[in-house]
Amino acid sequence: MSKKTLLNSKDIEIILHRLACQLIENHNDFSNTVLIGLQPRGSFLAKRLADLLKTTYHVEGLQLGLLDITFYRDDFRRRDAPLAATATEMDFIIEGKNVVIIDDVLYSGRSVRAALTAMQAYGRPDNIELLVLIDRRFSRHLPIQPNYRGRQVDAINKEKVLVTWAETHKKDAVYIELK
Amino acid sequence: MSELSVEHLLGIKYLKSTDIDLIFRTADHFKEVINRPIKKVPSLRDITIANLFFENSTRTKLSFELAEKRLSADVINFSAGQSSVKKGETLIDTVNNILAMKVDIVVMRHASVGAGVFLSKHVDAKIINAGDGTHEHPTQALLDSYSIREKLGSVKGKKIVIVGDILHSRVALSNIFALQLQGAEVKVCGPTTLIPKYISSLGVQVETNLKKALEWCDVANVLRVQNERMDIKYFPSTREYTQLFGINQEILDNLDKKIVIMHPGPINRGVEITSDVADSNQSIILNQVENGVAVRMAVIYLLAQQVKR
Repeated sequence: MSKKTLLNSKDIEIILHRLACQLIENHNDFSNTVLIGLQPRGSFLAKRLADLLKTTYHVEGLQLGLLDITFYRDDFRRRDAPLAATATEMDFIIEGKNVVIIDDVLYSGRSVRAALTAMQAYGRPDNIELLVLIDRRFSRHLPIQPNYRGRQVDAINKEKVLVTWAETHKKDAVYIELK
Repeated sequence: MSELSVEHLLGIKYLKSTDIDLIFRTADHFKEVINRPIKKVPSLRDITIANLFFENSTRTKLSFELAEKRLSADVINFSAGQSSVKKGETLIDTVNNILAMKVDIVVMRHASVGAGVFLSKHVDAKIINAGDGTHEHPTQALLDSYSIREKLGSVKGKKIVIVGDILHSRVALSNIFALQLQGAEVKVCGPTTLIPKYISSLGVQVETNLKKALEWCDVANVLRVQNERMDIKYFPSTREYTQLFGINQEILDNLDKKIVIMHPGPINRGVEITSDVADSNQSIILNQVENGVAVRMAVIYLLAQQVKR
């Protein structure tokens, strides 16, 4: 299996700052905005962005939730391996809020569709945006596009985009693997 | 591991401790789901479940039905009292007729020991035993262990006494299997006439003195006196039973520790447990009911993963 580095830790750091600044431009003080990271992998990106917004850009009162979408997926009983759920940590409702869904890679769009369904259990938001680190163009199964993207990639279907984070893999990086 | 090692939930004795861990981990997620403003997930929207209750039930049937509906399954209910069973139809014929309606999972309560095992060998559906005679009631044992784990942090190493009518209880046997599988020490306490002779072969000690049993334990799981299953008199009077094996606040106050009180319900208030104990902060009876829905959601969800498309 061949592996090519798409983004190194420096690239990711620059992208995180750019995404944070774009969020500030559109949401200003975040008093009516919540960030929701999709478990498990999107939560790393969401936590990093939230941390950056708080410490570097001094955003106050930022609300971050982590949402598990396992029970809302449309591939239950279609996969070879059973789906294992992860924890949902949402201690707020999103009624009337501006929601930013955060995930690491946007591929088929099915995870985001599941997230949109799952979020209905927490209220009716005013609007929902999507932020992803990697947007795999030309691979969508559903009409879903990101509002904020770190990098757009034209990977072919045999290729897999792998995001590693320092928290779990000791290194921030994005690779393209040939399956 | 994210898959059960069994195809049906027929009894705790067929499970491994890793199965129980998986069920509890999954139940943790469902407990979070059922505390949301909208308590429903769409996971089982293409699954049909039949609840076949050949014996009376209130809380188990409601708990299963709620669990199924919160997973978005289609549910059909069957009660023997208003069915063709009264006309002499056999169990297999009844179930096969129901399965012809494309049912994927059967939840069954039956008065005969082994009815679930029998069914699992003859029909092509996942079977969940919701109580078979005086044999097993696995989901009750799972929710009991889950409630102990929630209250005390772990089941391992804990001392649990099961008090009351052990002889006629399916909850007792399943609980003994489940608790021992998770590393707990189990004793039973009750009138000798209501304790089966084989119980010591399961590694369970018998204590006929309630006070000593309560002094020993961390948790007392109090069972209902099952008068409807008693064909002879097992103790002289209800009053005597209550004096010897009934738990009241005075007994609990005289212990040098705060033990946890459980009861699978329905309670004969004032017989096996007094109202003030049932409603006290030592009691986790209502937690058991809440956890029952989450645990049953977990069991159904995990078995549904194995249903072929």
